Amino acid sequence: MSDSTRREVLIGSLAGGLVATFRVTDASATPEEMRSAIRQVVGTAQVRKGRVELDVPPLVENGNTVSLVVSVDSPMTQADYVRSIHVFNEKNPQPNVIGVHLGPRAGKAKISTRFRLADTQTVTAIAEMSDGSFWSASAEMIVTMAACVETF
Amino acid sequence: MARPLINVPATVKRGQVFEIKTLISHIMETGFRYTTTGQRIPRDIITFFSCSYNGEEIFRADLYPAISANPFLTFFTTATESGTLEFKWTGDNGFSETATAPVTVE
Repeated sequence: MSDSTRREVLIGSLAGGLVATFRVTDASATPEEMRSAIRQVVGTAQVRKGRVELDVPPLVENGNTVSLVVSVDSPMTQADYVRSIHVFNEKNPQPNVIGVHLGPRAGKAKISTRFRLADTQTVTAIAEMSDGSFWSASAEMIVTMAACVETF
Repeated sequence: MARPLINVPATVKRGQVFEIKTLISHIMETGFRYTTTGQRIPRDIITFFSCSYNGEEIFRADLYPAISANPFLTFFTTATESGTLEFKWTGDNGFSETATAPVTVE
């Protein structure tokens, strides 16, 4: 644009500077994105608190590897079992952490893995039961050294 | 080369619920990081994992960039009969790795 004013040019260069400075953190999910990611999994069903236990450290020194254990209170029989477990976060670049699918053969609805945390945030686990109900648990996690921010 | 590590009990009793531990070496590059020259490092992650017990799928998982490098995953299953556990990981850039572990049911 040849007729841009001095103000527009200044604002443009300022915005460019901000993008350059905060590029690493600009791709952060928000609690709203987490909610919409959860909606994609549960649809219109109601998610109730309980039956799910989320075992994570409350204080995380290194966000690159954080242990995560999710167990669900279920008899794991043909009639009543956990169909899937999904874990979500609020402030990583993406709201999804993991989604696992189980069956009655699992015998025990418990999984563990290691994941990354980019910031202090709330992590939510949601379990889908064979009767179609959804149960959840959340945990507040404080992160001192975040993942995803280092460059080469 | 990705090298999977599988940990399964040597022998299990029929009907016993036992734990399966898996670990595979993989960079799990998130696609959200930049080099010092400002170039985005392309995503390179494992996106899918599955485990079959004598050909029947017993567990599968969708992985996202939030999973740490060298994905570690444990889960449980019920011992039915002796046989093999088959593990499969697939991901970006055509990544595919398989592993098997024997199960002996007493």
